[in-house]
Amino acid sequence: MLTNLVLNGAPVTLDLPDETLLVDALRDHLGLTGTHIGCDTSQCGACNVLVDGMALKSCTLLLATLDGRQVTTIEGLGTAEHLHPMQAAFRAHHGLQCGFCTPGMVVAGIAIAETYGADVDVATVRHALEGNLCRCTGYQNIVTSIMAGAKAMMADAGTGV
Amino acid sequence: MTPFSLHRPDTVEQALAAFAGDAAWLAGGHTLIPAMKSRLRQVERLVDLSKLHALEGIEHMGDSLLVGAMARHVSVATSPVVKAAIPGLALLAGGIGDPQVRNKGTLGGSIANNDPAADYPAALLALNALVDTSRGTHAADDYFQGMFTTALEDGELITAVRFAVPLAFHYAKIRHPASRYALAGVAVARFADGHRVGVTGATSGALRWTQAEAALNSGGALPAVLVHDDLAADIHASAQYRAHLAGVMLKQALAAIGSAG
Ligand SMILES: Cc1cc2nc3c(=O)[nH]c(=O)nc-3n(C[C@H](O)[C@H](O)[C@H](O)COP(=O)(O)OP(=O)(O)OC[C@H]3O[C@@H](n4cnc5c(N)ncnc54)[C@H](O)[C@@H]3O)c2cc1C
Ligand code: FES
Ligand code: FES
Repeated sequence: MLTNLVLNGAPVTLDLPDETLLVDALRDHLGLTGTHIGCDTSQCGACNVLVDGMALKSCTLLLATLDGRQVTTIEGLGTAEHLHPMQAAFRAHHGLQCGFCTPGMVVAGIAIAETYGADVDVATVRHALEGNLCRCTGYQNIVTSIMAGAKAMMADAGTGV
Repeated sequence: MTPFSLHRPDTVEQALAAFAGDAAWLAGGHTLIPAMKSRLRQVERLVDLSKLHALEGIEHMGDSLLVGAMARHVSVATSPVVKAAIPGLALLAGGIGDPQVRNKGTLGGSIANNDPAADYPAALLALNALVDTSRGTHAADDYFQGMFTTALEDGELITAVRFAVPLAFHYAKIRHPASRYALAGVAVARFADGHRVGVTGATSGALRWTQAEAALNSGGALPAVLVHDDLAADIHASAQYRAHLAGVMLKQALAAIGSAG
């Protein structure tokens, strides 16, 4: 089925079998391998992307059901020179070790910041990360990173950057 | 996944016309897609409901709260209408899975699937709900028929659920730490003419806890544990533990709505 997306800000048209999952379209057909696959059971969140600004698990979405929507992957957030504030916060606060879960964590973090604002508290962040698994960090630095990233994002929004 | 054809109708009429042969409805896909990925389920035709925006509505109508089948868990959790009419139902929806699951999973998909540990079935039972479908209306008491089994026939489409608005309602659950499904969940509703109690997770399918209802409605002693001949038992929790948890959840739910227990 023909599917039109706005992917990381640019229009793309894909013609793939109806059973194609968004994550497979991204990784196998578009070469966007920043979105990871960590499980088969929709539990780990490594595959999180933003669809119209909302965090969703791309391993559990059929590409063709997203016709006309805006999809943002980790590749669309920032560049190596200009990291997204949430990415910068993960770097500053050592919010990753192996990095496997990180794209999904950064996407979840952005959704948390957008939902709860700059002053989101620890308990809320921990609760909102229930759908994201990390096998390295023990989560502490991820939570710290998201809290710092939320502040930075909202400060940027405030100054119109 | 094995290949299938996907159909994306714009209206309920088109959806019903598109359902033919070895077909299934696709709502949020957060049960169906994992099941198809692991080949527990294979279909030739999927009819996607995501463009049926008419099924997303949430309305307080007289004595009942109508929630469309395609209302996502996040919509129910954050809806001012739900929070005003049955705040405990908003809390229940906000406790399903995780944020990404709630952004996609729907009421209709949850009750069509009728997982024995799903949260909504207990609420539908306690809130004496009516399930509206393309073929008629089912009372919750007749609709849920045990593990993954409902009154739905092949191709029957759930359009909405009408919950009776109670005087008070609360749902308490012990979450499985990985999946967030209920190890045991108890929903209690107080109406002018008495209490209704729904249980999920503890048995092979959601059911009314008639012993607890009788105790509440006659002022007798509450059951300390759930006594049932079909208690669920698996690697996560034994039957005895689940029966005990149900008793604890009953007390928590009653305390939350200020009912003596
Ligand atoms: C990680 C994870 C954690 C979860 N945790 C919980 C939890 O804690 N508690 C809980 O209750 N659930 C939980 N769920 C399940 C979640 O709520 C699902 O979204 C829900 O059970 C199914 O809804 P859906 O819209 O995704 O349906 P789908 O997956 O699209 O469909 C499920 C079934 O219902 C049928 N169907 C869908 N809509 C209709 C309709 N309108 N009429 C007739 N049939 C229909 C489909 O054909 C299919 O057979 C979890 C899921 C995941 C992946
Ligand atoms: S790969 Fe999508 S949730 Fe694990
Ligand atoms: S940093 Fe390794 S899984 Fe999270």
